[in-house]
Amino acid sequence: MRRRTFSTALIATAAVGSVPLASCSSDDSGSGDGAKTLKYWASNQGTSLDNDKEILTPELAKFEQQTGIKVELEVIPWDSLLQRILQATTSGDAPDVLNIGNTWSASLQATGAFLPFEADQYTAVGGKDKFLETSLGSTGAEGQPPTSVPLYGLAYGLFYSKKMFADAGITTPPATWADLVTDAKQLTDAAADRWGMTVAGASYTENAHFAFMFGKQNGAEFFDDAGKPTFTDSGNVKGLQQYLGLMSTDKVVSPSAAEHPTTNDMIADFTGGKAAMFMGQNNSEATILSNGMTAADYGVAPIPILDPLPSGGQRVNSHVAGINMSVFADSDNVDGALQFVKFMTSPEEQVILNQKFGSLPVVAEASSDAAFQTENLKIFNSVLSETAAPLPMIPNESQFETTVGQAMQDLFGRIATGTTPGDSDVEAALEGAQQKMAGGA
Amino acid sequence: MATSTSPRTGRAQTPRPARRAPRSHLAPGWLPYVLLAPALLFELLVHIIPMVTGIFISTLELTQFYVRRWLDAPSAGVGNFKIALDFDGAIGASLLRSFGITFAFTICTLALSWALGMFAAVLLQRPFRGRNVLRTLFLVPYALPVYAGVIVWKFMLGRDNGMVNALLSGLGITDGSTFWLLGNNAFVSTVVVAVWRLWPFAFLTLMAGLQSVPGEVYEAAAVDGAGMWQQFRSFTLPMLRPVNQVLLLVLFLWSFNDFNVPYILFGQSVPASADLISIHVYQASFITWNFGVGSAMSVLLLLVLLVITAVYLPLSSRRMRDA
Repeated sequence: MRRRTFSTALIATAAVGSVPLASCSSDDSGSGDGAKTLKYWASNQGTSLDNDKEILTPELAKFEQQTGIKVELEVIPWDSLLQRILQATTSGDAPDVLNIGNTWSASLQATGAFLPFEADQYTAVGGKDKFLETSLGSTGAEGQPPTSVPLYGLAYGLFYSKKMFADAGITTPPATWADLVTDAKQLTDAAADRWGMTVAGASYTENAHFAFMFGKQNGAEFFDDAGKPTFTDSGNVKGLQQYLGLMSTDKVVSPSAAEHPTTNDMIADFTGGKAAMFMGQNNSEATILSNGMTAADYGVAPIPILDPLPSGGQRVNSHVAGINMSVFADSDNVDGALQFVKFMTSPEEQVILNQKFGSLPVVAEASSDAAFQTENLKIFNSVLSETAAPLPMIPNESQFETTVGQAMQDLFGRIATGTTPGDSDVEAALEGAQQKMAGGA
Repeated sequence: MATSTSPRTGRAQTPRPARRAPRSHLAPGWLPYVLLAPALLFELLVHIIPMVTGIFISTLELTQFYVRRWLDAPSAGVGNFKIALDFDGAIGASLLRSFGITFAFTICTLALSWALGMFAAVLLQRPFRGRNVLRTLFLVPYALPVYAGVIVWKFMLGRDNGMVNALLSGLGITDGSTFWLLGNNAFVSTVVVAVWRLWPFAFLTLMAGLQSVPGEVYEAAAVDGAGMWQQFRSFTLPMLRPVNQVLLLVLFLWSFNDFNVPYILFGQSVPASADLISIHVYQASFITWNFGVGSAMSVLLLLVLLVITAVYLPLSSRRMRDA
């Protein structure tokens, strides 16, 4: 009897133990063999993973021709990139070079997994001076050598459908947040499933970015100067409500948008004529065009700002968005990796790649190229240089994105199913997010 | 070989083969262990070592600062458990809530899977035309790869283009704008998909169990005038008791630990109503990068299930003996 209980208990133990504890297993990648191969993880910048491969492959071939180093490419979707990096950091089974979201710079720097860029490393990639000042602002924590360099520049803007605006008799894009809400209401016909605006309500990264910029407009910060979280500041509650309100009180966003996990779902609403506007980063243009809209069908404007600004409010309508490149410190081919970073950030490649991905160059020499003087890109460029603020460069940043972003996703879910969260509900959600983050730090 | 298999006769006739005798006595002694060794080794590798590692990690302050050299992470003692069990804090409170949801989910899934499995097994007990086709058909959800099956459910449950909404609005039952994967409906959807996945296993096990119930018993009962329901209650259920004892435990543990269904159904964005414990632990670890607290949660889950198993087995065995 006792023996049976014991053996069943053992089986039960085994069954129970196997799932959660083994969840951080390693992946199948191995470091490149010797000096002639590099393993490179690219983030998903194009319209699909395959599209990224198509764009990068000829450039990698060029690099191999120049240096004799073969690059093994893997494109990783955004929803698993951070986890894959963590797994690689833990297991040591990592690529040599990789792309990271520039907002994660300080968080990933804290793991110690990436090669710090001191004078020698900067020289190896062509000098620190070649990079734009704004882009360098999001490469690592202040006072420490950065562990990444900029690769692609991004900023937020408001995309609008010229046809839907014309049909509604609206001639200019909204200039203030109040205008935006008024226009969006005018464009919304819920019965016909046509909406003024759309969002990616189930994307934690998108949610967190808007929490940051609208919090700033309402005079709040998510971290104080000492790096302590201040999520429940009343300005942050107002900022969240400004964004969530598009669905809950203004009712200009379809409840379906609460189920959109990626920006591509949101852009599909826009190109499919279901929504007249969305707030997205400049690389959205590539997806809009590949969905069949032409450049004449849509316009871009800076995301409207609250006017007048609440006290302490800042004119911020984007974070300094972008993609950085890092080198794993344990790479057995650091020199080759740095050569590759130099190649990818060279003016020629910057022009080619940023044009194809619809992003902005991060090196001055490429930035002035004629290809980036289009009307729309000029708007993104001016947002980036004038009204964009960097997300806090602190180790907790990635946790801010996940905890706040997921709390907002939950709020969107509640709104979609019929409840309108009040300020106290939003504050409670932020309080929960802050506690979860504090528990993890 | 022939002489060594008859050592006793050998020993009786001549003293010489006696030297061989110890070897033949030895064989039964070590052979079972050698045969078991590979299984034990893999059990150690696949289950015991990861589990012990997990328990060890639960005592570490394993945050983003130490993931690279995790053996250097400072000891947290029971600190991680304190965080996980502080039910006034956000982490502890949500863990407790997740446990509650998981219990409710497990009971619903278990009851429905068992009832469906039992119904189908009894229905298919007697031979009729097409019985084998039905049996095969019923096993399809169990035979399909989890991902393939559940991703189809995800598409069907989508709000705008999902088949479920199209069907319900076509029949005039709803207006077709129900969110099945958000809010409280997400719980119902998870249970339905989990039952769909699990009930063929209950069906298979019970069908096998029913093979051992002798047909004469039913014939005799039918002669005595017992109806279907009476036969089921008086013969089928008691005779399936040993099968049920194991089946219910396995169904319970599998449902309680279900990771695949919620993960494939919701991905990164699990609604609060479907926040099952295994996915909660996974998310807790990866959201805050605190693998120590995540592991502490895993260990707590392990303890809870061990206690339940330890209470369930003697209790159900006693009932079986009493019967």
